[in-house]
Amino acid sequence: MNEVKENQGFLDFAYQLYKTMKTNEINLVYEGEVTQEITKTFTSLTEKSLAKSAESNQVQRKVFNVMVECLQNISKHADSIDEGEEERRGIVMVSKGVESYSIITGNVIKNEKIPILQRNLEQVNSLNKDGLSDLYKKQIKEGRISDKGGAGLGLIDIAKKTGSKLSYQFKTLSETLSFFILTSTIKRT
Amino acid sequence: MEVINIKGTDDTPNVILDKANGIFEISGRSLPEDVNMFYEPILDWIDQYSEDPLAETVFNFKLEYFNTASSKVILDILLKFEEIFESNKAVIIKWHYQEDEEDMLEAGEEYADIVEIPFEYVVYND
Repeated sequence: MNEVKENQGFLDFAYQLYKTMKTNEINLVYEGEVTQEITKTFTSLTEKSLAKSAESNQVQRKVFNVMVECLQNISKHADSIDEGEEERRGIVMVSKGVESYSIITGNVIKNEKIPILQRNLEQVNSLNKDGLSDLYKKQIKEGRISDKGGAGLGLIDIAKKTGSKLSYQFKTLSETLSFFILTSTIKRT
Repeated sequence: MEVINIKGTDDTPNVILDKANGIFEISGRSLPEDVNMFYEPILDWIDQYSEDPLAETVFNFKLEYFNTASSKVILDILLKFEEIFESNKAVIIKWHYQEDEEDMLEAGEEYADIVEIPFEYVVYND
């Protein structure tokens, strides 16, 4: 391999990435381990950059809120490609559009977990504001905090706070694994 | 009773539980990694308090943000005060929310739907 050529390839990639991010107004991209420290860092970065912007407090709070739930979902539930790997990894992207913010997260998930997750997502998407509030109250009363520290309320909360349907996809990686992508949209007005 | 006075951090709230001075307050933000670990001493304190509560308890929640795992523990706290209320002691929950924070007001209203304790909603401005 020619080192100069390789280097040039990387520079081109970095420039393309920069351009794509600028064009799509992507404020944050991350791929890697998602821990509580990472969650705190990203939410505080986003909080600071939003505080400098003219965004209303309500929208700022919602973006912060949804980011925390999305990141904590990854840090609690993500599976890994390598069997026995303890690290919980994922991708996180925050983009600002004319009308809304999008928070996109992705992580590896075992195929066996997809039916339950899909059922939960569909249930949440089928409900209006009052329906979500009822489901939230039911779940908070009946649910327990799992070993992982979740209360089974994250997706309901995201749907409640955003007032938008959860958009999601599963991309098959192998017979046992898929990649789960969740897009949460927060309207700016 | 001993006083609990925990200073808040980026991901844990300020907590003051002071029976002698009648101060009961959780404020700030609550998104700890391990919710159970953080709240265990608080729940234990309330259990002990409920054995001999004041004639009137005013509990202030002045939270800026809490994650869903914390929301479950907040309900556990409220359920403990519901028991105190049901034993014919006065309990009032003062639920503070920032002026334009409808989500926080709604969260309070949802708790008020679940537990049988009087709630008062208090608006504040920073």
